[in-house]
Amino acid sequence: MAIFLTENSKVIVQGMTGSEGMKHTKRMLASGTTIVGGVNPRKAGEKVDFDGTVVPVFGTVAEAMEATGADVTVVFVPPAFAKAAVFEAIDAGIGLAVVITEGIPVHDTAAFWAHAVATGNKTRIIGPNCPGVISPGKSNAGIIPADISGSGRIGLVSKSGTLTYQMMYELREFGFSSAVGIGGDPIIGTTHIDALQAFQDDPETAAIVMIGEIGGDAEERAAAYIAEHITKPVVGYVAGFTAPEGKTMGHAGAIVSGSAGTAAAKKEALEAAGVKVGKTPSETAALMREIMTSLG
Amino acid sequence: MDLYEYQAKDLFAAHGVPVLPGSVAQTPDEARAIAEQLGQTVVVKAQVKTGGRGKAGGVKLAETPEETKAKAEAILGLDIKGHITRRVLVTPASDIAEEYYVSFLLDRANRTFLAMASAEGGMEIEQLAVERPEALAKIAVDPINGVDLAKAKEIVAAGKFPAEVADQVAEVLVQLWQTFVGEDATLVEVNPLVRDPQGKVIALDGKVTLDENASFRHPAHAELVDKQAEDPLEAKAKEKHLNYVKLDGQVGIIGNGAGLVMSTLDVVAYAGEKHGGVKPANFLDIGGGASAEVMANGLEIILGDPDVRSVFVNVFGGITACDAVANGIVQALQILGDEASKPLVVRLDGNNVVEGRRILAEANHPLVTVVDTMDNAADKAAELANAGV
Repeated sequence: MAIFLTENSKVIVQGMTGSEGMKHTKRMLASGTTIVGGVNPRKAGEKVDFDGTVVPVFGTVAEAMEATGADVTVVFVPPAFAKAAVFEAIDAGIGLAVVITEGIPVHDTAAFWAHAVATGNKTRIIGPNCPGVISPGKSNAGIIPADISGSGRIGLVSKSGTLTYQMMYELREFGFSSAVGIGGDPIIGTTHIDALQAFQDDPETAAIVMIGEIGGDAEERAAAYIAEHITKPVVGYVAGFTAPEGKTMGHAGAIVSGSAGTAAAKKEALEAAGVKVGKTPSETAALMREIMTSLG
Repeated sequence: MDLYEYQAKDLFAAHGVPVLPGSVAQTPDEARAIAEQLGQTVVVKAQVKTGGRGKAGGVKLAETPEETKAKAEAILGLDIKGHITRRVLVTPASDIAEEYYVSFLLDRANRTFLAMASAEGGMEIEQLAVERPEALAKIAVDPINGVDLAKAKEIVAAGKFPAEVADQVAEVLVQLWQTFVGEDATLVEVNPLVRDPQGKVIALDGKVTLDENASFRHPAHAELVDKQAEDPLEAKAKEKHLNYVKLDGQVGIIGNGAGLVMSTLDVVAYAGEKHGGVKPANFLDIGGGASAEVMANGLEIILGDPDVRSVFVNVFGGITACDAVANGIVQALQILGDEASKPLVVRLDGNNVVEGRRILAEANHPLVTVVDTMDNAADKAAELANAGV
């Protein structure tokens, strides 16, 4: 088991024939992902050879699903066209859409999220502006490097890409069931809470690392959810303790506004929910190491 | 990007939201000329991107052009909560019968948009929300259906607006929604929305925040950037497409990925507690492609900050290969030559790290120290910054 993505996942790539799409499709294939197609209306019918693996290009997501049984799409389409691409994925009824694209206007994200909800939440959306999800040794949908860590029993959910990599690296001796990068935009599809819930239900996951950052109140809401519903041990980390008010730190959503969104408030809420919170990535990893060692 | 009041009102006007005439002045004489043109009692309002202008003496009434000039003279240059006033808005003084509040904003928690409305305006909305939450209506707005007249009427009813202005406020809400969507805003707020003694509803103040991710479809928004108020290093970084935020410490920071860089700031601040209280000097995310050019641009910006005494380069090679980063650092130091004068502490991990460290060891640059972990590297960078006083 793993969450959201398994060895049975059949993955298509929207925007596969672009430069980012090409680069990462190659990497995903190399890490064992079953990629069954690409989508580009202008290149439908063509085939792309990735070091001997030939991947067909379809005109639409629906055609790709019909022909291949695909149940996951990874979106690399540029910001201006991302809304239409995600609408198309939702309308085709695909189970999971992982939106890697950075810089999508928030009105567009709000629209495709509303569309997913209005059509019955058939499509789980991860992202946008995220590194995707990896279930090491099984499948990799997105841009998380597959060689940082193997499979194991830790589940990881994070707003930040590079902190995901850093934490996987620090805990590579134990390995991961799945690692999910949910992205740092103000509106995202899958939240900390969704991933926590999935890890709680996943028998392979023994403990969970949750990485947050300044801005919004997602971590506070996750803390309330943990107190109520999560029985597995959770270790937390929040980036941005020293971030000043009113300055956006790289992610569109990472901004402290007034008293809201500070790292200190998030840490406090998590600790009140029984989550051990590290001051730094290495301290957070040490806390998880203790838990994993005691679990045996 | 937050806009000034006068910019917000220009956008309001373009979408039909009723506002008063008026113009912005950068000098007392310009303010005088605007008052002359308006030919009536005016209000001189400091244009700063913060609240509490009135209390700080940034809003004044003036009956004549001469008085307008004097009031503008007093307000221009005023420091309001750390914001220096560089412009004043001169606009007709308006008699106010009643004050209301309306806004549209992003509702992150519910992944949608929110309308807020109250027939009790004028005060700080945060205060109203705490003291009289029942007086502030919050209505979810579906991003696809938006706000038509029927939806606007629902908001008006929830906000308990008086019957005699209900139709006008509903119309204003539709126009304000068109501003919100049409300009790709994440906030449009009118506080106060007023009824004048003649019964007309007018947006007397305005606050707008624009989504910079949407700038590709709003070329005109580039003109709304206040270059004068930008930090010069931040402006230079923006020109070079670098994600840089100036802070007030001594340890320059370069990293890849927003989360890792934020985390680096924290780790350096903690390390600084043991080394004379030095702090991070900036946020700089060089993203995925750490080419020599990007690294040189980043280093140049950071070394251009006179407060910087050491630099910490913290890279986890995910997609980025550490050998490319190492080559970037070596070539950047060559490009910068004598301009590179501060010690550099480098921590590399991840993709191709062995080759990356080998390249730095071979180059053996006198300014570069390679340290194996993020914590130890932060400690070294803080120590060097403290020693470099």
